[in-house]
Amino acid sequence: MQKAPQQGRDVKLSARGVKVFYDDTAAIKGIDLELMDKEVVAFIGPSGCGKSTFLRTLNRMNDTIKGCRVEGEVLLDGEDIYAPSVDVVMLRARVGMVFQKPNPFPKSIYENVAYGPKIHGLARGRGDLDDIVEQSLRRAGLWDEVKDRLNQPGTGLSGGQQQRLCIARAIAVSPEVILMDEPCSALDPIATTKIEELIAELSSQFTIAIVTHSMQQAARVSDRTAYFHLGEVIEVNATEQVFTQPENPLTEAYITGRFG
Amino acid sequence: MESHTLSTQDVLHERMAKKLKQRHRRERLFKFAGLLATCLGLAFVAFLFISILSRGIPAFWQSTISIPVYIDPELVAVEAPPEREPQESQAAFKARQDAWRNGLMRVSWNAVLAAAVADLYPQEDFAVRDVLALFTSAERHRLRDLVAQDPSVIGSTLTLNFLAHANVDVWLRGNISRDLPDAQQQLPPKVRALADRMAADGYIQQRFSKALFLNTDSRSSAASAGLSGAFMGSLFMMLIVLLLAVPVGVASAIYLEEFAPENTWTNVVEVNINNLAAVPSIVFGLLGAALLIGWFKLPLSAPLVGGLVLSLMALPTVIIATRSALQAVPSSVRDAALGIGASKVQMVFHHVLPLALPGVLTGAILAVAQSLGETAPLLLIGMNAFVANVPSTPMDQATALPVQIFLWQGNELRNFFEARTAAAIVVLLAMMLGLNLFAVWLRKRLEKRW
Repeated sequence: MQKAPQQGRDVKLSARGVKVFYDDTAAIKGIDLELMDKEVVAFIGPSGCGKSTFLRTLNRMNDTIKGCRVEGEVLLDGEDIYAPSVDVVMLRARVGMVFQKPNPFPKSIYENVAYGPKIHGLARGRGDLDDIVEQSLRRAGLWDEVKDRLNQPGTGLSGGQQQRLCIARAIAVSPEVILMDEPCSALDPIATTKIEELIAELSSQFTIAIVTHSMQQAARVSDRTAYFHLGEVIEVNATEQVFTQPENPLTEAYITGRFG
Repeated sequence: MESHTLSTQDVLHERMAKKLKQRHRRERLFKFAGLLATCLGLAFVAFLFISILSRGIPAFWQSTISIPVYIDPELVAVEAPPEREPQESQAAFKARQDAWRNGLMRVSWNAVLAAAVADLYPQEDFAVRDVLALFTSAERHRLRDLVAQDPSVIGSTLTLNFLAHANVDVWLRGNISRDLPDAQQQLPPKVRALADRMAADGYIQQRFSKALFLNTDSRSSAASAGLSGAFMGSLFMMLIVLLLAVPVGVASAIYLEEFAPENTWTNVVEVNINNLAAVPSIVFGLLGAALLIGWFKLPLSAPLVGGLVLSLMALPTVIIATRSALQAVPSSVRDAALGIGASKVQMVFHHVLPLALPGVLTGAILAVAQSLGETAPLLLIGMNAFVANVPSTPMDQATALPVQIFLWQGNELRNFFEARTAAAIVVLLAMMLGLNLFAVWLRKRLEKRW
């Protein structure tokens, strides 16, 4: 049951009949979903329903998992990212990822942000790189807190700062889509609020898919919400509608807390 | 069916208390057993170290005869050393020099030494043979070399240090019972009396034994036998292991851990590597003898061959240590690198390997240390040969420290070489300790980075 996405936007990322298997177990049993340009889509659902697995198929992070197999196609700007001609390195520069647990590199704050632009050769010289680092940290709302200690280890920051550093690292390579896998699950409420505000700001420039266990968070940050159930998308609709008038009884049962 | 009666709270508590007592008893017993095992282990280590150090440390000092020696021109009756004539060719001059040196060889240096001792006690009359029994046989050559180097000493009196004969050392240190009858003593009565007298007069002293470190092994002159040849042999082999086993092992571990596809073939390789680590070391010696010496015709007793064999032995250890260090790097680091678009090679070399480096290096150094102490495979490739020269390249004949220990341990001059062997063990242990400390230091340094 899929409603037409919001009008006036292009399709950025589109999954068609995606199935994911871990060895012979199907984790995703056929998902069709479209992410519009500069839209925030929240993936909600009970544990083990395949939200994170699906998210990781969108930039082929599942490639690294042994025994994982993907069927169907995922189109980024109309091009299948699973096509043999696609370079996964380029893909991940275009579709960035922020993980559940903040995972800055055990390097300096500067190095953390500069690493992506460096390996992709985005900066022309040191000054350019400095600019990219500053811009990325500013957009991640971290610049004022770290500008005097760029050479200190990223791992020395607080959990919330680390997660914003990871976001800065992701946006430093100017991706088109950012995938966030429960980015606030390891953070306290204040840090969570900051990340949510950040997501709202970033949504003007990036397409964002966010997996979350918090329905309030989904309600606060997303334009649309997809409800996952046992490896399928049961319902995807405007967030407001999902939370006020869910179409599917399973969705309703989940968001009213009857199971999950 | 009988229905279960519910126990009251009191009964339950009583049962729990009973069980709790049992649990506490078990806990105490386990802790005690653990403590006992630890103490036992420590006691063995302490015993080992005390026994080796108490025997080995004294051997760093040895009986040294320190007497004035008059280089008598009558005894050292040689002409003045040749000087180059204006028209003389280089070859002709060299021939004359060699002739002069040959002349030095015909001098009776024994007579010079005997006269030096006789001068100490003018009223006594010693047999030359008895006096010479005090000195280890290599020392007269040292006297000759001294004169060859600086002929101007002829006619002067020099105070020189000579190593005492091994038997004298044994006698003076009390390593042979003084109550034994003459027939069972290593020295005739007159020599023993002379040695005692010279020791009492301060002419024979215990001095730090430079010979132990600077000389090579010696058969004819036990007292001047040293470790330098074995040390160099071990050093060459260590370098070969470092340069060969470590890079190859680390590279294959990285490949197997990060890049190799998981299939039957890699599984077979993996099982084989793990089994290889358990292969008895002597088998590697056989392999070295058959393959490197028999097939590739590499020289016998060469540190190169030893190093190659030890590299093969160290390889599985390095691979296993490196793999476990790589596995210990959290997957979040890999995710972070891949998530931003790093290639796999970049992920490994920019992020995973630097984090695994302390573990990798520790494993590598321990593998090197392990191969440094290996003896059995070296016996099969001829490194237990008697080698009287310090090897200057890995292709020269050499022996190794643990092999030298093995050889000295089997020397027939037991009561002298027992201490010498222990001293060699102390040197080997010191090298091991140094390597291990280096590993600890490296680990601390690399881990401190963040």
